[in-house]
Amino acid sequence: MELLAFGKTGWGDELFYATLMTIAVSITAMLIGFFFALIFTPLKLSKYKTLNLISNCYTTVIRGVPELLVIYLFFFGGSGAIMYVASIIGYYEYIEINAFITGSMAIGIISGAYSTEVFRGAIQSIDKGQFEAAKVLGISKFGQFYKIILPQMLRLAIPNLSNVWQITLKDTSLISVTGLVEIMRQSYIAAGSTRDPLFFYSFAAILYLLLTYVSMKLINKLEVKYSRGY
Amino acid sequence: MDFELMFNSFPKLLEATVVTLKLLTASLFFGLFFGLFFAILRLNKNIFINKFAYGYSYIFRGTPLLVQIFIIYFGLGQIEYLRTTFLWVILKEPYWCAIIAFTLNTGAYTSEILRSAFQTIKPGIIEAGKSLGISNKIIFYKIQIPIAIRQSLPAYGNEIILMMKGTSLASTVTLMDLTGVAKYIISTTFKPIEVFIVAGGIYLFMTFIIHNVIKYLEKKYSFQQ
Repeated sequence: MELLAFGKTGWGDELFYATLMTIAVSITAMLIGFFFALIFTPLKLSKYKTLNLISNCYTTVIRGVPELLVIYLFFFGGSGAIMYVASIIGYYEYIEINAFITGSMAIGIISGAYSTEVFRGAIQSIDKGQFEAAKVLGISKFGQFYKIILPQMLRLAIPNLSNVWQITLKDTSLISVTGLVEIMRQSYIAAGSTRDPLFFYSFAAILYLLLTYVSMKLINKLEVKYSRGY
Repeated sequence: MDFELMFNSFPKLLEATVVTLKLLTASLFFGLFFGLFFAILRLNKNIFINKFAYGYSYIFRGTPLLVQIFIIYFGLGQIEYLRTTFLWVILKEPYWCAIIAFTLNTGAYTSEILRSAFQTIKPGIIEAGKSLGISNKIIFYKIQIPIAIRQSLPAYGNEIILMMKGTSLASTVTLMDLTGVAKYIISTTFKPIEVFIVAGGIYLFMTFIIHNVIKYLEKKYSFQQ
């Protein structure tokens, strides 16, 4: 137990901050994922075949390729790509992007592909009549989406989004390969310096279980909130 | 774009794909037995057996696969007692450690898939079997299991694809699978995009094959014939 003490003697505070880092990366990645879903879901539902193709390529490639490979692409290719863009503008200094941004971008793009599929499914399962009724009442496109489609869609999407959240949370453990100090990386460091990998990796497992358990409870509450009236 | 590198790295990556496929088939094979075993435990009326099986699937589905591999590969070696037993022969090999971790992981997901498939079987079918005087054992093996397998095919297809992506984590315990070799080539040539296209292409091709095989099986074993 003294291994988990707070302060200079134990790894308690380090692991605590690492847990906060995991949560921060997961939330950032989830939000980036929503942003991507916001772009690609309309493309997927669009009438134009080319737009459909772009969106389908995105979701198929990301969901068919291992997460680790995507993370390596971002880790090794991220700063190169940014420097290439910068060189067009005329900036030639070396640019290093920090691990947090690379990591959450990589995980965000992955979770975005899953979110896109979830949103597409949710929108498609809303009755056509709802769209037509809104149109007949002369509600603007913006109003249609925000006041009529979105509230109904959220109710259907939340259970699946909670799956996406679980996947995202577990995927963040993979960013440890880039050196970002989250739960997995911190356990690796602690295990290395104390020569007690069994204890620290088991503790990491418990931390992840705790995170998934607590987030499930919170999401269930949300689900109840959005299912009012059903 | 460095097409020469893409062309040269293709055979190396293809060779590594064999390792990935070996890991995948081994863990799916053992995982299916684990999954079936724990699914049957989940349906048991005894609350302790039931809770035990639920705990297993909860723990393995609630933690990242990376943690599971690290516990098995780095963690178990720490127990002095294990080093003296014959298990050490297996546990010192990263290859077998990876397979054990993947098996336990896919077993947990498979047990959930099969459990829900068993639960969706209509009670009328079992009752019909009973009223025909078929023994419980035969009802289970000849009626319940075939229906459950058919029911769980789509979900199991997804699980195979997830597991295929999961095998990439074997590269973190020094195994040179497709992702491991891809990472090696990237870190020696610093051409991430080219290597990603080739390695990702191989993965996508495997996903495509698995997807279509499952689709074919679904059609073949569908109820409306």
